[in-house]
Amino acid sequence: MSPRARFILRRLLLAIPVIVAMSIFVFLMIHLVPGDPVQTMLGFRATPQNVATVREQLGLDRPLLAQYLTWAGGLLHGNFGQDFISHTPVATLLRQRLPVTIELTLLSMSLAVLVGVPFGVRAAARPGAVRHLSEGWVVGGIAIADFWLGIMLVLLFAGIWQLLPPSGYVPFLKDPVQNLRYLTLPVLALAFGESAYILRTTRGAMDEVLGTQYILFLRAKGIAERRIVYRHALRNAAAPIVTVVGIQFGVLLGGAIVIETLFALPGVGRLIVTSIQQRNYVVVQGGVLVVAVLFILVTLLTDVIVGWLDPRIEEGAAA
Amino acid sequence: MSLAVASAAPARRSLWRRGILSSRKGRVGFAILVGLVAVAVFAPLIAPHDPNAIDASRILAPPDLAHPFGSDALGRDVLSRVIYAYRVSLGVAVGSTLLAFLVGVPLGLYAGYHGGWVDTVIMRPIDMVLALPAMLLAVALIAIIGPGTNISAIAIAVIYMPILARVVRSSTLVVASQTYIEAARARGTVNRKIIARHVFPNAVGPAIVQATVLMGFALQIEAALSFLGLGAQPPTPSLGSMLADGRDVLTQAPWVEIFPGLAIAITVLAFNFFGDGLRTRLDPKGVAR
Repeated sequence: MSPRARFILRRLLLAIPVIVAMSIFVFLMIHLVPGDPVQTMLGFRATPQNVATVREQLGLDRPLLAQYLTWAGGLLHGNFGQDFISHTPVATLLRQRLPVTIELTLLSMSLAVLVGVPFGVRAAARPGAVRHLSEGWVVGGIAIADFWLGIMLVLLFAGIWQLLPPSGYVPFLKDPVQNLRYLTLPVLALAFGESAYILRTTRGAMDEVLGTQYILFLRAKGIAERRIVYRHALRNAAAPIVTVVGIQFGVLLGGAIVIETLFALPGVGRLIVTSIQQRNYVVVQGGVLVVAVLFILVTLLTDVIVGWLDPRIEEGAAA
Repeated sequence: MSLAVASAAPARRSLWRRGILSSRKGRVGFAILVGLVAVAVFAPLIAPHDPNAIDASRILAPPDLAHPFGSDALGRDVLSRVIYAYRVSLGVAVGSTLLAFLVGVPLGLYAGYHGGWVDTVIMRPIDMVLALPAMLLAVALIAIIGPGTNISAIAIAVIYMPILARVVRSSTLVVASQTYIEAARARGTVNRKIIARHVFPNAVGPAIVQATVLMGFALQIEAALSFLGLGAQPPTPSLGSMLADGRDVLTQAPWVEIFPGLAIAITVLAFNFFGDGLRTRLDPKGVAR
C-alpha cells in the first residue's frame, strides 16, 4: 500500500471512533434531560397513559445498552426515529432540510474563499493600500457577529432599497433565480466573517513563504512576480489555508443555525432550534447528529487534501 | 522577602509598559475595555432611565438628546436597556471564560506534564468535544438542560474548556522539556510542586492570551443564543434578546437593532486588541494562535 493510501485509510479509521463517540453523546442527550424526558416532552397535562405509551414508543423503558444498540442499528438503516408532534419520520425531515443547509454553507464558504484567498494573496504580495484595506476587513469580519450583519443587510437591501426579499426560501430546482435571491443576504452574512479568517491565514502564510530563500532565488532568476506569487508561493502556502477552511466550516455550520432562524430558511439548523423550543428531543438528536457527522466528514476531507498538498504530512503520519 | 516584593513590582510594570501597552492595539483595547467594564459595573449609576419603564408617548421614538439611542416598541429607553443588557452579557462572557480557564488549564497542565496514558485519558475526550461545531455543542447542551443565562454560560464554558486545555498542554510540553524542570525532578521535588511552582507560571501565558480573545467571542455566542431564545430569558435583558425583539420593528426603528449590535462588535474588537497586546509579552511564539 502506498504511503498516500495508508494515510487516507488511517484518517478514515480515526474518524470511526469519533463518530461512535458522537453517536453516544447524541443518544444520551434524551437521558440527560433533568427529570422525566417524556413528561417534559408532553407537558404536565399529559396523562400517565400517554406518558407510558410514548416511553414505550421511544424504547425508554428498556436497558440503556439495548436502547443504544437498537437506536444505532436504526441509524445505520436510515431510521432516526419519529417526530412525536407531526408523526413524520425524522429521516424524512432531515432529507427535506439538509439540502438547504448544505447549499447555504457551500455557497457561503465558496464566496468566503473567493474573496479571502485572492485578497490575502494580494495583501501579502503588494503591501500598501491593499494591505491596510485587508486589515480593516479582518477587524470588521472578526468583530461583527454574522446574525447582526444579517439584520443590517435586511435593513438595507430589503427594508430601505427593497432589492432583495428579507426572508423565506424557494428550492433551487423550482426556481434557481428566486432561490439565489433568497439566499443572497444569508450567504453574505455568513461569508463576511469567514472571508476575514481565510484572508488573515492566507496573508500570514503568503508572508511567510514570500520571505523564504527560494522565492529570493526565483526573483534573482528573473521570473515574473505574478508567476512567483501564484505558481510557487501560493502552492506552498495552500496547506494552512485549506486547514483553516476546514476548521471554519464548523463555525459556518454553527452560524447556519442562527442565520437559518433569522432568514426563515427551512434548514437543519432552524429545525434544531424549533425542536428545542418544542422539546422535541428525537428531532433534536437527529439534527445534531447529522450536522456533527457532516463536520467530521469535512474535517476528514480537509486532512486528506492537506496530506495531498503537503506529502511531508503523509510521511509523518505513516512513520 | 522585601527583595522579592521589590523585584516583582518593576517586573509587573514592565509587563504593562513593554508588553501590553507597548503596542497601539494593546493600548486601544485596554482603554476600551476599561470603559466597557466601568459601564457594566456602574450600570445603575450610568443608565439615564429605568430600562424597563414603559412610556406610551415614546413608542419607537427616534434618538434625541434625552434618549440618545431612541426608544423601543414599548417606549423603553434603548440606551438604558443596552447598558443593563451589556452588564448581563459581559457577566456571562467573563464568567464562562473563567470557568473554562479554571477547568481547562489544570487538565492541560496535567496532561502535558505527565504525558503517556494520562495525556490520552484526558485529551481524547477533549478532542472529541473539539470535533463538534462550537455553536452546535452549545445548542445541544441547552437542548438537554433547558434555556437560561447560567446555562448559556455553562455551555460556553464547555466549548472553551477544550480549547484552553489544548493551548496549555502545548505550552506545557515545551516547558516540561526544559532543563530546569529536569533539575527540579532530580532534586526530588514532587510533581505537584513542580507543576504549581515551575510549569504553571511558565506555561499559562498563551492560555491567558487565548482566554482574553475568547471572552470577546463569548459575548457573541451569548448574544446568538439569546437571539435564538435559548439564552437569557425575559425579564432578564440581554443584547441578543434585544436584537430578537427589535426584528419586528427593524425598518420603523433601526436604532433598536443598531446599538446592541455595535456594543457586541466593540467588545469583541476590544478583547481582540487587548489579546494582541498581551500576546507580544505572554505568548511571543504564538502558541495560542
